[in-house]
Amino acid sequence: MSLDRKVAIVDLTTGKIDIKAIPLAVRKQFLGGRGLAAYLLYNYSKPGCDPLGPDNAVIFSAGILGGMLASASARTDVMTKNPLTGLLGSGNFGGFFAPELRYAGFDHIVVIGKAAKPVYIFVHDGEVEIKDAKNLWGKTVTEAQWAVREELGDPDVKCAVCGPAAEKLVRYANVMTGIKNANGRGGGGCTMGSKNLKMVAARGTMDIKIAHPHEALEFDKRFIEQITSAKVNQTMGVLGTPFIWGATNSWGGIRTNNFQFNQLLNADPIEPEEIDEWSKESMGSEYNMSACFGCQVHCRAKYKIPDTPLARKYGLVGKYDEGPEYTSQGAFNGEPGCTGLDTLLMGNHLVDQYGVDNLEIGSTISWAMELYEKGILTTKETDGLDLRFGNDDAVIAMIHHICKRDTWLGDVLAEGGIRASEKIGKDSFKLLIHMKGMQNLHSDERATPALALNLALASRGSDHLRSRPAIDLYHLPVDVMRRIYSSPVAYDGPLSSDHTEYIGKPWQVAWHENCYMAVDCLGICKYHTTFLGATLPNFEDWAKVLYYNVGLEMTPKDIWDVAERSNMVERLFNIREGMKKDDPFKGEILAERYFTEPCKRGAPDVIGKKIDKPKFLEMRALFYKYKGLDENGVPTPESLKKYGLENLDKEPLRI
Amino acid sequence: MEAKVLMINHEKCTGCRRCELVCSVFHENVANPSKARIKVEKWEWEGLYIPMSCKQCVDAPCMNVCPVKAITRDDAQGLVSVDNDMCIGCRSCVAVCPFGAMNFNPMMKKVFKCDLCDGDPQCVRFCDMKAVDFVDVRKESLSKKRDAAFKISEAKKLGATIQYEG
Ligand code: SF4
Ligand code: SF4
Ligand code: SF4
Repeated sequence: MSLDRKVAIVDLTTGKIDIKAIPLAVRKQFLGGRGLAAYLLYNYSKPGCDPLGPDNAVIFSAGILGGMLASASARTDVMTKNPLTGLLGSGNFGGFFAPELRYAGFDHIVVIGKAAKPVYIFVHDGEVEIKDAKNLWGKTVTEAQWAVREELGDPDVKCAVCGPAAEKLVRYANVMTGIKNANGRGGGGCTMGSKNLKMVAARGTMDIKIAHPHEALEFDKRFIEQITSAKVNQTMGVLGTPFIWGATNSWGGIRTNNFQFNQLLNADPIEPEEIDEWSKESMGSEYNMSACFGCQVHCRAKYKIPDTPLARKYGLVGKYDEGPEYTSQGAFNGEPGCTGLDTLLMGNHLVDQYGVDNLEIGSTISWAMELYEKGILTTKETDGLDLRFGNDDAVIAMIHHICKRDTWLGDVLAEGGIRASEKIGKDSFKLLIHMKGMQNLHSDERATPALALNLALASRGSDHLRSRPAIDLYHLPVDVMRRIYSSPVAYDGPLSSDHTEYIGKPWQVAWHENCYMAVDCLGICKYHTTFLGATLPNFEDWAKVLYYNVGLEMTPKDIWDVAERSNMVERLFNIREGMKKDDPFKGEILAERYFTEPCKRGAPDVIGKKIDKPKFLEMRALFYKYKGLDENGVPTPESLKKYGLENLDKEPLRI
Repeated sequence: MEAKVLMINHEKCTGCRRCELVCSVFHENVANPSKARIKVEKWEWEGLYIPMSCKQCVDAPCMNVCPVKAITRDDAQGLVSVDNDMCIGCRSCVAVCPFGAMNFNPMMKKVFKCDLCDGDPQCVRFCDMKAVDFVDVRKESLSKKRDAAFKISEAKKLGATIQYEG
C-alpha cells in the first residue's frame, strides 16, 4: 500500500508522542504536503495563541509523492502560526528531507508544546524519539547537521534544522536543510527556537510501494523529458535562478533602494554569467551544479567565497556554499543598492548559516537604509554604522547584528518591519514595503498588476510563490493562455497577454493559486510546472503521476478541488487569526507606495507605472467572487459546504 | 563486440540520487534507495558526489570468495551475477568487495548487486548529466585518455612542467 505513511504528534511539554494513520478520506480531501499541513495547523494550534508560546504548532509535511517517481518529489512544507505576521506561516524547501522522512515511515510531524531544554526529534523506520540537543544548540545550520550525523553514526541522516537566528528568536528565522535549502517566508525556524527544538532528523530504509511500477517508470521518463526539454529549465540548469536577473533588471522590475528605484545600475559584477564563471572557477570544475532529490533541472551552483578585502574582514574567504539564487541577488544587491559579487556570496552564505530569510532580512536592511538616508535613523541608533545605500560593508555588518541581536538596531530589526516601525516611529511605517506584515521580495510589481494582486492575496503574506502568474511576462498568444486557464475548469471570461493590463488577471491569479497549491500538496517542485512555461506539466499530468505512483484515481478536476479546499483552509486560518481585507497590517492590500509612487527607470512600458487603486480593488473583488468568497474575502456558507469545510471549527479531529 | 560497462564521471554528478530511486523501483517495485544497487556517496559541503556501483570485475573478489559458488561471471556480457537459490547469506562477498557494491537484504537474507538491468541500465537512462554512462570497455579507456590529454595540454598552456617520477 502506497498510502501507509503516518502522522506523529509530538508534545514537547509532556514528551508524549502519538502516532496516527491518515484516513483515506482525509487523503482524498488534502492529498498531503501543504494542504494537509493547513488542515493540521488549523486543528493543532490554539486559536489566537502567541506564536512563540507552547500553544502554537509547527508542522513538518512531506508531499504525497515525496520520494517517489515524480519530478523533484523532494519538497517539505513547514507550517506554523508565523511569529512575524501572526497569520499563516508556511515555507517550502527541497533537498532530501521529505523523501527521508517518508522512507522513515512518516508524512507529517506535528510539534506542539515547549521543551524545558534544547531537544531534537529523531525519526527512523517507524519510530520517533525526543533526544537531548545540548551538543547541537548554538551551532550553525551546517555544523548542527554534521554534528548530529556524527552523533548518530550515520552520514545519511537528513535534517530539518534551525540555526542561531532561530535560537535568538529572530522573527523571520528559517527552517533549513542541507547547505542552503531554506524553508523561507514562514517563520518556522523562529517557532522551533521558541520550542527549544533544534531539528527534526530523519533516516529511513522502509519501502514506499509504487502502485504501478512499470508504468510509473515509463511515464516518469516522458515527464522528465517534458521538463528538461523546456528551454527555461535548460538555462536554469546552467545559471540557476539568477538567469532571470538580467532581463528583469534591464526591463525595470528589480526594486532598488527600498522602492525608490526599479533598476540596479552598474550591475555587471552580479550578472548571472559572472556568477556562473566564478562558481566554476572557484570549484575547479565545469560541472558546478547541485540538485534536490530526483531533480534533473539542478538549479543550484556550488561556490567558494573569493579572497577580497571585505571577505577577509569577516573571515569568510574560501567558505563553501550553494546558490546564490535570484532572491539573494535582490536581497544583498538590488535592494541595498550594492553591486559587489563578494557581498552577494557572503550575504547568501551568512543567511544560510544563521538560518534566516534572505528576502526579509535584505528588505529590512534596505528599509533601514532609507530611514537612515531620510534622517529617521541616525548614527546614534545605528551604533555608528554608515547605513547609506551602496555600502556593502554595512549590509554584511547588519546581517550579523540582526541574527545576533547584538546592537540596538539589530535587535529592533529582528522583530520585523511592523514591530520595528512602532519602536522607530516617525514616518517609518509609511516607507515599509510589506503585505500582511511581511516585507516583499525585491521584485517590483508596479508594471504588472497580476503579480501585484498575487502579493496582496498570498496567504502567507507578500509572496512570489503562492499565486504568481509569472508566465504573464512571456506574452503568450491568447489562445495558448485560453488553453491553460480553461482547464481543468471552464473559463470563458477575458484574458490578456499584456502584463500591464488589469483585465483577466483576477482569474489568472485565482488559477495559479490552485495550481501552486496542488503542486505543494503533491510535494514536487514549482520549476517543473506551468510556473515557468506553457509546455510544462499541469493538472492532467499530475492526475497520471498520482495514479501510477500512489494508485489514487483522481481526475484533474479532483486535484483542483483539493487545491481549492486547501486554499480555503489557509484563508479560514488567517481569518480566525485576525485578517481583515483592508487592514494596513494584516489585510489583503498593497503597501500604499504601490499606488502613489511611479516607476522611475526601465523600459518605456514600465516608466511611470504605478498601481491604479480602484482597478486593483476591482481585481480583488473579482478574485473573491471566483473563489467563492463574500465581498470581505470570507468563504460563503455555500462554498464551505461545497468543500466539506462547514464543520471545521466544531468537528472532532479526523486525524 | 566487447562487453559494455558502467562508466562513472563523478564530476558531472549533481547528487540528485535519481539513479538510486529508479534502480530500486526497477528491481523491487518500491521507492527505497536503501535497496538500490547504486549509491551516491556525498560530501555535501565540498560539493563532491560520487556514485558507486558494481564494476563487474573480471577476476571478481566476490566470486572468488563465495564458498558455495553462487556467484558467476558471464564474460560475453561482462556481468557478474548471484544465484539467489544458492546464496546462503554468509556475506563473505559483501566483506570482500573493494567498492562496497555487494549489498545485503536483511529481510530476504540474501545479497544483491547490480545486474545491469538486462542490458538497459536504468541509472544511465535516467541520469540527465550522463554522470553514469554505459559504454564499450575500449571507449571507456579512450575517453579517459582524451580527458587526461586535455588536462596535460591545459597544464602546458599554463606553462607548467610535467614531472615524471624516477
Ligand atoms: S542520477 Fe546522475 S546526477 Fe543524479 S545522483 Fe545519479 S549519477 Fe548523479
Ligand atoms: S560486487 Fe564488487 S567484487 Fe563483485 S564484481 Fe561487483 S565490484 Fe567486483
Ligand atoms: S545498472 Fe541497473 S542495477 Fe545496476 S546500478 Fe544501474 S540501475 Fe541499478
